[in-house]
Amino acid sequence: MAEASLAARSGARAEAPRALAAALRRRQALAAWSLTGPALLLMALLLIGPVAAVALLSLTDYQLGARSLAFVGLDNYADLAGDRVFWTSLTNTLLYVALVVPGAVGLGLGVALLIEAGGSLKSLYRAVFFVPVMATLIAMAISWEFMLQPSFGLVNLCLRALGLPGHNWLQEPDLALPVLAVIGIWQLFGFNMVLFLAGLVSIPRQLYEAAAMDGARSAWSRFRLVTLPMLGPVLLFVLVISAIRSFQVFDTVQVLTKGGPAKATEVLLYSMYAEGFEFFRSGYASAITVVFLVFVLILTLVKARILERRVHYG
Amino acid sequence: MAGIELEGIRKSFGPTAVLKGVSLAIADGEFLSLVGPSGCGKSTLLRIIAGLEVQDAGRIRIGSRAVEGIAASARNLAMVFQSYALYPHLTVAENIAVPLRMRRLSGLQRLPLVGGLLPGSRRERAAIDAAVRSAAEILDIGHLLQRKPAQLSGGQRQRVAVGRALVREPEAFLLDEPLSNLDAKLRVHMRSEIAGLHRRLATTFVYVTHDQAEAMTMSDRIAVMLDGELLQVATPHEVYHRPADRRVAEFIGSPKINLLPAAIGGDGAVTLLGLPTGRVALEGQGQAALAGLRPEALHETRGRGLAGRVVHLENLGSEIFLHVAVEGLEAPLVVRREPEPDGSHAAPRLADGPVTLDFDARRLVLFDRQGRALPLRAAPRQDARPRAEAAHG
Amino acid sequence: MSAGRPLSRRGAVLRHLALAPIALFALAPFLWMLLTSIKPPEEIFLDTIRLWPQHFYGLENYAAAFTKAPLGRFLLNGAVVTASIFLLQAAVALPAAYALAKLRFRGRETVFALVLLCLLIPPQAVAVPLFLLFFQLGILNSYAALIVPFTISVFGIFLMRQFFRTVPDDLVDAARIDGISEFGIVWRVMLPTALPALTAFGIFSVVAHWNDYFWPLIAVNAEHLYTPPLGVVAFRNEEAGTSYGPLMAAAAIIILPLVLLFLFAQRRFIEGITFTGMK
Repeated sequence: MAEASLAARSGARAEAPRALAAALRRRQALAAWSLTGPALLLMALLLIGPVAAVALLSLTDYQLGARSLAFVGLDNYADLAGDRVFWTSLTNTLLYVALVVPGAVGLGLGVALLIEAGGSLKSLYRAVFFVPVMATLIAMAISWEFMLQPSFGLVNLCLRALGLPGHNWLQEPDLALPVLAVIGIWQLFGFNMVLFLAGLVSIPRQLYEAAAMDGARSAWSRFRLVTLPMLGPVLLFVLVISAIRSFQVFDTVQVLTKGGPAKATEVLLYSMYAEGFEFFRSGYASAITVVFLVFVLILTLVKARILERRVHYG
Repeated sequence: MAGIELEGIRKSFGPTAVLKGVSLAIADGEFLSLVGPSGCGKSTLLRIIAGLEVQDAGRIRIGSRAVEGIAASARNLAMVFQSYALYPHLTVAENIAVPLRMRRLSGLQRLPLVGGLLPGSRRERAAIDAAVRSAAEILDIGHLLQRKPAQLSGGQRQRVAVGRALVREPEAFLLDEPLSNLDAKLRVHMRSEIAGLHRRLATTFVYVTHDQAEAMTMSDRIAVMLDGELLQVATPHEVYHRPADRRVAEFIGSPKINLLPAAIGGDGAVTLLGLPTGRVALEGQGQAALAGLRPEALHETRGRGLAGRVVHLENLGSEIFLHVAVEGLEAPLVVRREPEPDGSHAAPRLADGPVTLDFDARRLVLFDRQGRALPLRAAPRQDARPRAEAAHG
Repeated sequence: MSAGRPLSRRGAVLRHLALAPIALFALAPFLWMLLTSIKPPEEIFLDTIRLWPQHFYGLENYAAAFTKAPLGRFLLNGAVVTASIFLLQAAVALPAAYALAKLRFRGRETVFALVLLCLLIPPQAVAVPLFLLFFQLGILNSYAALIVPFTISVFGIFLMRQFFRTVPDDLVDAARIDGISEFGIVWRVMLPTALPALTAFGIFSVVAHWNDYFWPLIAVNAEHLYTPPLGVVAFRNEEAGTSYGPLMAAAAIIILPLVLLFLFAQRRFIEGITFTGMK
């Protein structure tokens, strides 16, 4: 290639390659946006938009079917603050979380440790404990209701056989929420077990051998020295996601107690459902939703922080 | 088949300039290796040729065609990747056929079942099958056609990747470190296979590697790259014996070239640690310089020379490298030596033996302080060095 | 507790003694449901414990479950809804995940930040506005109402993006040189390599939406659109107190598909469902 002709060409079309390269880059950007476009549109339409709408609706008095709506500022929140049912609902939700989280985490950790401890029937136990996690909760709630039936339910029959008094489990105000919490634990602990099993498997075997060499003779001392600290991040993580999940309790309440007896099982999502979809007070229901969202967001952010830290450990 | 011309290629990723204006003309049918340490920009340059990256400035011509704005698939180049990049869910035959199916069959014709019924599709499919089979024949993987990549060894995968490049009868082959995932023995074997393939196809090959041995053994020419710039483009012989730059001299050759402080007299006479070399520098008179001597340019002598002590001995079987500490030098000099069949080379030298080194002045290379090679010629009067020959430029 | 060291025989016995009652607790509602579903009414209303029925009444109960309510219809609705949701989620999420994992374009970080933001939104939080929107559009009480809200799975995008990032760039480049378009790469190259991850996500998605009760409860009230959970509750509301046998049979039928799937693909199942927790 002669120098002269090269120079002539680059003089004539100095900008051409740049423009053509830019065209190629534009084509790539176009591909990227058409690949993400549908997802972005749906995210805006079905997630981000609605969340913004909830926040705005919570500032209005909108009711489904009403011709107009008025901006009422924070009136809905003021109403919430003065609403005894709302406070009962919030307290019950927190109480439910406080019952389910230790139960489901403790039981999950316990069975995970027991399963990992020995050889036989590992996968059978694991499968058995996992079935409640995936079985349709609504169908199982109906089975629980039948077992808890006061006159011919299995639970009372067993108690009577042991000479103990039976109860009307779902109709006694002191019992209804704890009973729902037991069902919650029953459904959740298998999920936690799987997370713990994954955590246990990732503890290096040599650590136990080192602990044994260092004189940790009993199972308990090895648990304190190795298992618990190594499981620490997983434990924290499981605590938080159990809290998130139990905070969203709804199915069992809606089917088994409808928030009763005497609001003893009224929980946040049920209040939101009743206000929004039975009384159609959309504005008020939105205010409850915002409260619910704030709690879940805080817990989720805590979860994200834990995950981040775990990543940093390597 | 086509040559490739690069002119002033620049590319930055964010604030870091990866290519700082690379110009290079690769002849039609040439085997050119782009060699350099990792991070020197050689892979980026290859990907720009392929059309997988877009340069910030500069132009590329393949054959006589400017390829700016032309998509990777339309440049009719074939690329063999370091990780082979085989489609894991397709069989060997299907993998090799992908570029042909994409080019020769329409979207409808590619559909399973329906596609087979469309007019013309059957003929094309037969042609593709034949092309796949002949490529497999060349690479000796005919018996593997129905396997999935996961069932193949590293060397077999490598052949499939080459096969996929082969069937499209490209204008040029681009190979990005294709051997670096193979074990040492297979690597040497594949080196000769790829060189053989190049001879047979007589197509342009652009071969990126950080392994100078690969570059030296296969290439017509080597382009040595460092920090986004081409330092030298020349035949393997030239790059080794007449490096244009100190960094080229240091990068090519194993063990590394020995660098010693040298002085250029006012008349151009080069002295090495006070010893006359019998060489005259044509530039840089009166300056300090660095002399480069490859291990094979040094040898032991009973006469006068550089006095030192053997501090280490590396026996590779076919050759021996003595590490000799010389007064006034920071690093020991590495000297290549033929082994004695009776092993007598080893005994005295390990015991801190004193040794005197002489060098072959014809093999001396000289660099100025900036690292640029300085031209040398033989001194007019030959006293100590009767065998000195004409200077090289 | 003592990894690496085999339990003594006493330890092994104690382990089973501890695990067996918990297993009974986990299985009791299932066992009692199945046992009740094969008992005649007079044995259900006994005031003593009788585990195994004296008269096998299973056929009658299961037949009744299908005749007293359109159980088949509910199952079909469940299948249509969960399958549509999953297919649409995959169709939307895979291209987006590919772009986020493998393409360089201005705005990519912003898009990904939006995905992470949406990951924080619990599904119940958008129920009120979506209900109002669907009401305005007049599409409440339709398959669309059951399916549309879940067509976007930011979790799916996130999960598949993480997986796609592990696919070597070389493979994508090879596909480009071979002449496959960006859309083609998603379906012809990425999808086949991502099948295990997609299967796990599919199981997660199917389980979540087969079991979902909250949104279907809000979105439909016509019986012919009931999903299995809605159907079994409607069944109970009509029949509870009288025909427990058929009710338990219906409940058993509704959990059966997932339980069977679980028994066939235990490992994938556990993997898929715990994805929610792990990532």
